[in-house]
Amino acid sequence: MAEITLKGLAHSYSKSPSSHSDYAIRQMDHVWHQGGAYALLGPSGCGKSTLLNIISGLLEPSEGDVLFDGHRVNELPPEERNIAQVFQFPVIYDTMTVYDNLAFPLRNMNTPEYKVDPKVREIADILDLTPLLSRKAKNLTADEKQKVSMGRGLVRDDVSAILFDEPLTVIDPQLKWKLRRKLKEIHERFNITMIYVTHDQLEASTFADKIAVMYDGQVVQFGTPRELFEKPAHTFVGYFIGSPGMNFMSVTHQADKVMFGELPLPVNEAVSRSVAAAGSSNIKLVIRPEFITVSNSPEPNSVPVEVVNLQDLGTYSLLSFTLNGQLFKARLPEGHAPVGDAAHAVFSDQHIALYVDEYLVEIGHE
Amino acid sequence: MNNKVLNNRAWLLVLPMLVLVAFSAIIPLMTVVNYSVQDVLGPNARFFTGTEWFHSILNDSALRDAFVRQILFSLTILAIQVPLGIGIALIMPKRGWQASAVLILITLPLLIPWNVVGSIWQIFTRGDIGLMGWGLRELGINYNITRNAGDAWATIILMDVWHWTPLVAMLCYSGLRSIPEAYYQAARIDRASKWAIFRYIQLPKLTNVLVIAVLLRFMHSFMIYAEPFVLTGGGPGSSTTFLSQSLATMAIGQQDLGPSAAFSIIYFLVILLVSWVFYTTIMHMQKDKNPHGGA
Repeated sequence: MAEITLKGLAHSYSKSPSSHSDYAIRQMDHVWHQGGAYALLGPSGCGKSTLLNIISGLLEPSEGDVLFDGHRVNELPPEERNIAQVFQFPVIYDTMTVYDNLAFPLRNMNTPEYKVDPKVREIADILDLTPLLSRKAKNLTADEKQKVSMGRGLVRDDVSAILFDEPLTVIDPQLKWKLRRKLKEIHERFNITMIYVTHDQLEASTFADKIAVMYDGQVVQFGTPRELFEKPAHTFVGYFIGSPGMNFMSVTHQADKVMFGELPLPVNEAVSRSVAAAGSSNIKLVIRPEFITVSNSPEPNSVPVEVVNLQDLGTYSLLSFTLNGQLFKARLPEGHAPVGDAAHAVFSDQHIALYVDEYLVEIGHE
Repeated sequence: MNNKVLNNRAWLLVLPMLVLVAFSAIIPLMTVVNYSVQDVLGPNARFFTGTEWFHSILNDSALRDAFVRQILFSLTILAIQVPLGIGIALIMPKRGWQASAVLILITLPLLIPWNVVGSIWQIFTRGDIGLMGWGLRELGINYNITRNAGDAWATIILMDVWHWTPLVAMLCYSGLRSIPEAYYQAARIDRASKWAIFRYIQLPKLTNVLVIAVLLRFMHSFMIYAEPFVLTGGGPGSSTTFLSQSLATMAIGQQDLGPSAAFSIIYFLVILLVSWVFYTTIMHMQKDKNPHGGA
């Protein structure tokens, strides 16, 4: 049982970090509550694996503290932290049988065999490994191996958190969902904190109750999958989550108008007021592809656009168009696509969001 | 095997390889086979002897003694060099300039020609000017490789260990370097002891390089010639006369071509047999004994 707190945590691989770019993880505070299913989502190189290794104790943070239930564990090695970690590539002990693999952590703690056996069989049962118990671990398939390495974490009674470092990378696509469901099942059954690192938003949102999106060494947003989708707190989240990502317009406020380059945007009073009040040179208006409508005839508050192409994706079509030389994507219901190259787009006022210096600013929509 | 071969021109591409193998292996071996079943007295005087030479070789007690010595020697150096090589590889630095420096230092003995190794040790062990021979004598130890068979044996083994352990160490080092970091991390999380890490991660991952190391070292040591020849000349008496030296004496010294040819073939077959048995045993051990069994 553990609540994992990161306090003023930062990490740099260089000995004397001077600038922002020297940090793999920039200063952050974060709490992972006991029993939660979390995902750590971000692109390659954003620092998510570094963060995971700091939590597991494989790395010592250069600044700040890691607290388990309020106790500082910075210097504690992984073996004393009561965590388990599942790696990207399955780690199994080749020469041992599946049974011995699962028993290994218990035997390392000098657990008597009469206690080892029921525990190993229980975990094997949960992970559907029972028929494989007497097999040599070396000859298993990748997903079976990954289950064995997960099982080694689960056999220990004292494990309070399991960390997953992109565990499905080497698993066949058709087995991925099965394994993910298994993870869910285990989470519900064992009340264990689970932190799951991935760069796949689908994996993150199916597994986790709450997702921490990491970008450039920082957690830019921490929320439910729904919150991330509906209210990205940072432009990166808007760009990263959803398929396709959000459309961004860098705007300025000139002579009482919101200007997208040379083009005045027909936005409502509230948006215009918020842009005027932003007081920064980095202002972006953002809209999801779902909230753009495109038609052939001009409508109130529409802007003329140039259609680039139309992709029919079955239940909806994806329209690419340019406005002011910039490419936009609109997600249109079937049969609502315009004909020809010239069209008119309407951005739904209610769904325009404002980002100042890359972070979300609330607009007082009436 | 007629039409197919004639119609298939790709066989021509195999020809260069066939010629190469013929000249490198088959023809020399056939020459030896040829000598081993005949008594060649001169260009026009030869008699077919059948298996007579083979019988005489197998019944030669001096050769049998040499064979036993040879086996004893190979087993001894394997028993020392393999664990020692693994041990050295385990404590070698993993990265940085130290790793390169240690690698170079360790490889040095491998670059020294056999005869030179023998000469170095011959001088090294001399009681008057050799550091080791003189040093041991000063310590009051009666050390003399030309007189005591035990000293001669110990020195030859020490020499071989010095010369060839680096090969085992380097092979093991490369094997260890190829183990992904995640294995060690997982082992730490599983609270594995140092010994358990060695036993269940490092050693299994080293199996393949160790098979190569053992095979190379076995074949090599079983054919050892120049080093003991230079160091002890096979003595004192015949206590360090190994198979190669017996063969050379017989073939070159006494010009007994028939028996030497028979000897060569037996020698070759023994090496082949031992290597094959060893290799198949290891490969068999790695197989899953119960691939479809239940719990």
